[in-house]
Amino acid sequence: MIIYLDQHAVEVPGGITVAAALAYAGSSASRRSCTGQHRAPFCGMGVCQECRMQIDGQRRLACQTLCRPGMQVERSG
Amino acid sequence: MNDWVDHCDLLIVGAGPAGLSAAQAAAEAGVAAVVLDDNPRPGGQVWRHGPGFAPPRPARPLLSTLARPPLRYLPGTRIVDAPEPGVLLVEDEQRGWLLRYRQLILCCGARELLLPFPGWTLPGVTGVGALQALVKGGMPLRGERVVVAGSGPLLLASAATARQAGATVVGMFEQAPLSQVRRFALNLWRWPGKAAQAAALARRGYRPGAWVVEALGTDALQAVRVQTNGRVRTLVCDRLACAFGLVANTELASMLGCQLSAGTVAVGAGQRTSVEGVYAAGECTGVGGNELARVEGRIAGLTATGRHAEAAALAGRHRRWQAFARQLQASFELNPAIAQLARPDTLLCRCEDVSVAEVAGHTGWAQAKLHTRCGMGACQGRVCGTAARALFGWGPGNPRAPLVPARVATLGVYGTGGTGDD
Ligand SMILES: Cc1cc2nc3c(=O)[nH]c(=O)nc-3n(C[C@H](O)[C@H](O)[C@H](O)COP(=O)(O)OP(=O)(O)OC[C@H]3O[C@@H](n4cnc5c(N)ncnc54)[C@H](O)[C@@H]3O)c2cc1C
Ligand code: FES
Repeated sequence: MIIYLDQHAVEVPGGITVAAALAYAGSSASRRSCTGQHRAPFCGMGVCQECRMQIDGQRRLACQTLCRPGMQVERSG
Repeated sequence: MNDWVDHCDLLIVGAGPAGLSAAQAAAEAGVAAVVLDDNPRPGGQVWRHGPGFAPPRPARPLLSTLARPPLRYLPGTRIVDAPEPGVLLVEDEQRGWLLRYRQLILCCGARELLLPFPGWTLPGVTGVGALQALVKGGMPLRGERVVVAGSGPLLLASAATARQAGATVVGMFEQAPLSQVRRFALNLWRWPGKAAQAAALARRGYRPGAWVVEALGTDALQAVRVQTNGRVRTLVCDRLACAFGLVANTELASMLGCQLSAGTVAVGAGQRTSVEGVYAAGECTGVGGNELARVEGRIAGLTATGRHAEAAALAGRHRRWQAFARQLQASFELNPAIAQLARPDTLLCRCEDVSVAEVAGHTGWAQAKLHTRCGMGACQGRVCGTAARALFGWGPGNPRAPLVPARVATLGVYGTGGTGDD
């Protein structure tokens, strides 16, 4: 299926999480920290919030969200 | 129900081995239970599954109970607040609402103990179970070089998953000394089904008494520095999975007023907490593996549905797995050197980018939070507060609402959607 990461179309297998999909876009980074560092999913289980992204217009955790066709995902921060 | 309020006789939080076992007991009694979990798929940590990773055989009958009415399963649902006794404020992707319950079983499980070391914020560095979870969620790993480090039997499980996904595990480093790991392995025969784990401990490339002192890279991980026998060497890798065992998730229990003991939810006979009508089972009451979690979940489910004799009959099995849990704790005790790995400029709080030096000067967690914003970010101190406990011995703060970041519309539900009465 196709999802959009920062407006670029990315082809990903069905059933995977948005956190997993980042790797298909070439960089696993999910956000920039308040001092500008790149961060990527860290705990993988909804605890650390490093994977928070704008997903279909809402702030959600990439590690606890499954990809849906046409989903719009944006790196935050 | 209206749109704002839902009711149930029995609410089970967590769809891991403990929660599913409680749900099965409730289903047998025909009780209309609701099982709620923040993950999109059931199974908790150990039975996490996804494309290419089917749930293990023992999990399947338990997973299928979720589809059995009158049980209701709410995936992808988080608990935001406990505004009054018997009522939780919850939200899913679409909406927020109030969930009223008569009885509650907390099966919130455990998270990893993630401790700071130089470079731990680089993309490419994750927890140990975290790497496993990401791979089961579909993260490709083929051809990557992976280092697994930290402490506990989870290192082996995570390395196995990485290999299965096509990665090369270039090193496995366990901080506990060889003598302790060997004693643990030698004792495993006493618990059926654990012998394979003992064999895996003897695998080549598994180094006890060793740990990662630094992760290197600019925008992403490129290598790690590893200390073995007092010597430090550099190992090139694409990923580092590093965590130091598990800590119980106690935030919700604590918000409900349940007593804690030694960082876990305190329970008595029948898995009762100190709060009437609230039970707790599985790793939120102490880390001990999925077998212990299953027995405890079943005991809680049986007790909550009034089948006390059946619950009492499980006491022997319960005690046996508790002994295994104690063995686990003693074998992977943390070396004090691990708490010294962070440098003054290493970040402690990843949400607000607060360094160890900024926090270290304070006398306790509350004061450090007030002056540095450490622990005030999105994770609510679940990572840095837990690390500060290990580094400085500070006690945990009291959890405050919202328990997790929530939408403004959800926070408004308690006021506008009325009280728990409808
Ligand atoms: C990352 C990780 C990986 C692991 N991998 C293995 C392994 O491969 N093999 C092994 O033997 N053991 C593994 N373990 C140990 C494992 O935790 C136990 O064996 C077993 O899963 C514990 O069962 P449980 O039901 O107590 O909790 P868990 O399995 O942790 O289940 C708890 C569930 O509740 C959910 N939850 C918690 N709080 C809330 C809340 N407030 N609102 C909504 N939902 C909530 C969690 O997301 C989770 O799905 C792992 C542990 C972790 C942390
Ligand atoms: S990776 Fe930690 S919350 Fe998603």
